[in-house]
Amino acid sequence: MNVIEVNKLTKYYGKSRGIVDVSFGVEEGEIFGFIGPNGAGKSTTIRLLLSLIHPTSGDARVFGKDIAKEGPTIREQIGYLPSEVFYYDDMKVIDLLKYSASFYPCDCEERTRELASLMELELNRRIRDLSYGNRKKVGIVQGLLHSPKLVLLDEPTAGLDPLMQRKFFDLIRDENKKGVTVFFSSHILSEVQRLCNRVGIIREGRMVEVSDIRTLQQNNTKKIRVNTRYGQPAFDLPGVTNVVTENGTTQLFFRGDINLILRYLTTLNVDDVSIEEPTLEEIFMHYYE
Amino acid sequence: MSTNIYRYEVRVRWKSVLIWTFALASLLFIFMALFPSFSAEAAAMNEMMANFPPALKSAFGISNLDLSSVLGYFSFCMVFCQLCFAIQASNYGFGLVSVEENEMTADFLLTKPVSRSNVLRSKILAALTSLLATDVLFWLMSYASIVLFREGKPYELKILLLLLGSVVVFQLFFFFVALAISQLVRRVRSVTPYSLGLAFGAYVLNAFAGIFGDVKLEYLTPFKHFDTAAIVLDGHYNLPLVLLEVGVIILALGFTWLRYARRDIPTSV
Repeated sequence: MNVIEVNKLTKYYGKSRGIVDVSFGVEEGEIFGFIGPNGAGKSTTIRLLLSLIHPTSGDARVFGKDIAKEGPTIREQIGYLPSEVFYYDDMKVIDLLKYSASFYPCDCEERTRELASLMELELNRRIRDLSYGNRKKVGIVQGLLHSPKLVLLDEPTAGLDPLMQRKFFDLIRDENKKGVTVFFSSHILSEVQRLCNRVGIIREGRMVEVSDIRTLQQNNTKKIRVNTRYGQPAFDLPGVTNVVTENGTTQLFFRGDINLILRYLTTLNVDDVSIEEPTLEEIFMHYYE
Repeated sequence: MSTNIYRYEVRVRWKSVLIWTFALASLLFIFMALFPSFSAEAAAMNEMMANFPPALKSAFGISNLDLSSVLGYFSFCMVFCQLCFAIQASNYGFGLVSVEENEMTADFLLTKPVSRSNVLRSKILAALTSLLATDVLFWLMSYASIVLFREGKPYELKILLLLLGSVVVFQLFFFFVALAISQLVRRVRSVTPYSLGLAFGAYVLNAFAGIFGDVKLEYLTPFKHFDTAAIVLDGHYNLPLVLLEVGVIILALGFTWLRYARRDIPTSV
């Protein structure tokens, strides 16, 4: 069953574009990466799913329920971590977490303590006195304390130091192992690559690709680096793109029958050659050219 | 209603209620403490008042006021209390939901499993509780100040109750109109300029009613609907105007109700 099912969702803010005709599905128990540059419509999509804003057209279902009609019931099982966290400044961390927990039918106290100690969060400080990174931690605990079945993360790692980022990823992975579905929006591809099973790529408000992260990476595109002793090979073959030569090293992308390029390589006098999968970063750039 | 939202909201306004009550009480006591000297020189006082230009008197709402009687004098003080009530209620109205959007806490509250109407209902009830708490304290202070300073002069309890009771509807007007206005603008960056504008605007509209000529703009403002001097003089409310005011309150509430359910919550950027 798809936990999130988005169907031709469109949002305009007055005349300016939010997202246009976005459709995709997120399966139960997966970690779905949602990547795109700033302003592509990632936050818009998440805010639509949470009914913070309302769609211009199209619809979406979460847990099989219509977001326009059953928002409150849906949100009972959602944990949300916004990209920028702001809370009632005068409150103490523990009071905010208790206030947050009071909205859910669970007894969340134990889980709260567990998460807080894991994220090394001091419960008795005032929110006003917390640094950006510490506020972020409050956000993480707040988003997970009611053991949601679906977690929406909107660029969650900004402001966390590398150590905390790793803890956070471990936490998300653990939650995922328990069966929690994760929707992870980010513009940092390496973290998406580390964590996600599938990705959706959004560009200027439109979904340009939804696929398995491995398929995306393999996609028959190879990154080839060749060191030649004499001269500069032409690589005049179909499927060759982005040829860059520097200090005798030629780098290029090849997409097509791998035998063609291999046969060509044997005609050269090669010092060194490497053929590897392109990183997600490089694939990503390809979508944005 | 969500009791947790309600409780939180009441707690947030608790300090503000105490400060407003303190301000109102000081105002009342300082004014009423002067009553004995006013009433002692009543004849001279009224004579002097008669010499003021009529425009000035009507601007201060003292044209047909007998400052030597307890309630005449009290109704004069109450105009200033009304101004305080207007600012307080507007503050609560403008800030009720916009404060969440300003401080970006709307993302926290509205992603919880509660519906918009539930959030609005809980918040409105909490704010009304705070306003009512202010009223009750104000009523006690008023009664105390009259008992303390009336110098044995008589007053009519029924009219005092009318005066004191009027603040409830008066507050509701400013609260709901402010709330409705906050739904019309994309973001209320700071509450104070809006609420001062609304409260003083309404006051001035009544005070300088004469300058608009035949256009009776003063009928729009609660300062006219609950003209304290007129209540003392007539011994009853001006029913059509009070009904008009109630109508505006209902309209503002209905508008907010529909609008807030469909509102797009702006992001931080």
